[in-house]
Amino acid sequence: MDVSVKKSIEFNTTTFENVRRESSEYLPIANEIRRDIIRALVRAGSGHSGGPLGSSDIFAVLYLGGVMRYHPHDYLWAGRDRFVLSAGHMCPVQYSTMANAGMFPKEELGTLRKFGTRLQGHPGRDMHLPGIETSSGSLGQGISIAVGMAMADKLLDKNDHRVFTLTGDGELQEGSVWEAAMSASNFNLDNFCWIIDNNDCQIDGRIRDVMNVYPIAEKCAAFGFDVIEVDGHDFADIQRGFDHFIKNQESNSGKPTAIVAKTFMGHGVSFMNDMFEWHGKPPTEAQAVAALEELSLMP
Amino acid sequence: MELLGQKPTRFGFGDGLVALGEKHSNVVVLGGDITGSVMTQQFKEKFPDRFFSIGIAEQNATTIAAGLALSGKIPFFASYGAFCALRNADQLRISVCYNETNVKIGGGHSGISVGPDGATHQVLEEVAFLRTLPHMTLFTPCDYEEARKATIAMGEMVGPAYIRFGRSPVPMFTTPDTPFEIGKASVLREGTDVALIASGALVWEALVAADTLAKEGIQARVVNVSTIKPLDVATITAAARECGCIVTAEEHQVHAGLGGAVAECTAKNAPVPIEFVGVMDTFGGSGDPAELIVAFGLTHKEITTAAKLSMERRDKGSSGVRRVAER
Repeated sequence: MDVSVKKSIEFNTTTFENVRRESSEYLPIANEIRRDIIRALVRAGSGHSGGPLGSSDIFAVLYLGGVMRYHPHDYLWAGRDRFVLSAGHMCPVQYSTMANAGMFPKEELGTLRKFGTRLQGHPGRDMHLPGIETSSGSLGQGISIAVGMAMADKLLDKNDHRVFTLTGDGELQEGSVWEAAMSASNFNLDNFCWIIDNNDCQIDGRIRDVMNVYPIAEKCAAFGFDVIEVDGHDFADIQRGFDHFIKNQESNSGKPTAIVAKTFMGHGVSFMNDMFEWHGKPPTEAQAVAALEELSLMP
Repeated sequence: MELLGQKPTRFGFGDGLVALGEKHSNVVVLGGDITGSVMTQQFKEKFPDRFFSIGIAEQNATTIAAGLALSGKIPFFASYGAFCALRNADQLRISVCYNETNVKIGGGHSGISVGPDGATHQVLEEVAFLRTLPHMTLFTPCDYEEARKATIAMGEMVGPAYIRFGRSPVPMFTTPDTPFEIGKASVLREGTDVALIASGALVWEALVAADTLAKEGIQARVVNVSTIKPLDVATITAAARECGCIVTAEEHQVHAGLGGAVAECTAKNAPVPIEFVGVMDTFGGSGDPAELIVAFGLTHKEITTAAKLSMERRDKGSSGVRRVAER
């Protein structure tokens, strides 16, 4: 490997605090998350690029904008809110975000998908990586797990914890997703926030070409959700979505929230933007260098 | 052993569940629309705040259970085995077992003795799947009392567990004093001529077969395998070594169930002839439970015949293995 390549894929030690921010402050954080995704994926030599890059803006607000309450150095803190990545294949963005939150050293991102790593190709609870609440990767299951957690919080322990889950849009083709949705509203889980990463891409192509799941917002509403549609690359809009959820919970609305976030796969890297071909592959070294350069030109 | 009456094993599950609920405030139950049939109704009435109706959605119920377990609860989900062991197979594999969550599944309507509901509801394949899942503990109690004990034991152990029970009344012959231990097979009758290794309702049939054989001077050992996973390797191996031939009997496909587990165990530790009594690679059908048990060859008669065949194979040495302990 070329010395300059080696240098550009080195991890730094920058971390960010989890505090509410002005919307103009998020882009550098989101792009640092993106850079670490690229660095991790090129070292791994396999993995998913498109979804993680496309959802980095959402993750920046969720984990580093004071929305989710957790202690980065005490990840089993009993008072924490929970996040379940139902779309398990998108884990590079969660790993990168958690490392940028200081939950584990960023250097460890370099072990992604390698033998013995805590950063499994799809999240594995058995590896005990701080912040991984559950294994996921078989689509359609994480959202049900999150419903179970929200039931434990609201109906049994009667606390004010929040449970977040993120599914893809292709994932909505799994029927069990709708079983979970049905139960979230049936149990009036206003502490439950379902984020749908609507990048309109899945491995085989556009969502409607593979199996049409549209209209998404209308379906969620019909299943009893309070639905809010946001631009998944506009930080003020993302913040508005989470604020809407928090208001829902704090007012005991009895309705779960669905945030349908319109995103572009690969966002931030021009040669990946909105291309479903980037769903499940990593960048080559040359592509990684180009991507990192492009991301460095932005704040 | 003495016949103490007849009761379905599902009643033992229902009673065990209530006992657990009284003892542990974090035991919760998920219903799948058939609460009366799988005996979770009693728990629901007694602890309404800890019962959640999930409807006809077994994949969701299984995974919600995993979420509850990850939040410190001890969730039980009960349905018919066809739906809570097989329809939700991937959820059991990933969310329950890979996650090593404290989820407990009660699987009813097992075996052919379900009766008139027919093949769709008579689950005969789930043991094969469940015993390949890492971290899973699998109980197949032989009667009401053992089902009750196993239910309490599974609620008090840590980790994923499944209990297999049936719909129709079956003989009761164990008592509250009969020992029960997770992972321990019990020898209900001593003997060294042939080992009858059974699970579920066929344990009683094996005891009846042993009485018949005794009249012909054949002393059969009867082993009740109430935990199929983890398998009691020591007791099975001892039976193989000391008897030299085996019959397995179960209300399940002959492939990959108890018979398969015993064959794997003995092939490695003490290879001896085995005859398998079970459902012969076919689906069930409607009928009266008693009629079906006869039609599908799951009675003491088949076990008796199989015992003689297994002994004959051993004595002829057709398995190519000499008996370890001489009579």
